[in-house]
Amino acid sequence: MSDDHGQDHPKHELSYYAKRIYAMRDLLVEKGVITEKDIQCQIEYQEARTPANGAHLVAKAWVDPAFKARFIADAKAACAEIGIDATALNEFVVLENTPQVRHMVVCTLCSCYPRPILGRPPDWYKSFNYRQRSVSDPRGVMREFGLELADDVEVRVHDSTADIRYIVMPLRPAGTEGWSEADLAKLVTRDSMIGVMDALPMLPD
Amino acid sequence: MGRAVTAAAGRFKTGDRVKVKFEDRPGHLRTPWYIRGKSGWIERVYGDFLNPELLAFGKDGLPKKTLYLVAFDYSEVFGKSQGPKDKVLVDIYDHWLDALA
Repeated sequence: MSDDHGQDHPKHELSYYAKRIYAMRDLLVEKGVITEKDIQCQIEYQEARTPANGAHLVAKAWVDPAFKARFIADAKAACAEIGIDATALNEFVVLENTPQVRHMVVCTLCSCYPRPILGRPPDWYKSFNYRQRSVSDPRGVMREFGLELADDVEVRVHDSTADIRYIVMPLRPAGTEGWSEADLAKLVTRDSMIGVMDALPMLPD
Repeated sequence: MGRAVTAAAGRFKTGDRVKVKFEDRPGHLRTPWYIRGKSGWIERVYGDFLNPELLAFGKDGLPKKTLYLVAFDYSEVFGKSQGPKDKVLVDIYDHWLDALA
């Protein structure tokens, strides 16, 4: 491996897997399979996909019943309609929360996640702790995120083990009638679209 | 449901009672342990998809397998329930399911 490649490695001590990744990257570049520019473009592409996409979809669905119907009927087509690239998803399904039903999404087998819509998953989503407890103790997990549900509310935990990617459409908070779509989108947190909490009740400071 | 999530040639329809096979073998199995051997029902039929157990080993994934959303009561899976209506729902391929009378 040459030492004259363009990108520096981090200065701190790397983990086993990080070392392996950097070694593979260097070899792929050295052998001309990919270029430094390819890597940079891919990093920028990954970083450009954020939960703002999901918040846009949810806020639009809150204010536009016809769009909401299309979003639920064919989520990928609804994404295309407002310029969100969801083509990387095999299938994309919306889980609509109601006062009586709350949905929560996990992938107990790995870390399946709707990245084009929500960006990179948070570290806790990939942790063994969440992957185990979201299924065995969903109400306990929700409680830690500040959501306390009555016993008669139906909790539906979706283990996304296959080709389907899920987004939770949280409830529109009470008292937001007449709000603009842009302000409503600020209430739609990443975690509310994973389903571990509701949308924010008011605008963050 | 989107385009691929429509017609399916699978053996089950929404509402059918099913039991997940209790099997183990080496490979890329997409059926979590905690619902193997457990009984539930078909909540949705998602359609036919390439078989990930073959795709994972560089094969073509054919024949396609019907994918279902299968629902389980908490009492069935964990022996207890936090809320009486709570459910765990798992995406499971046809060949992992047996019909229940």
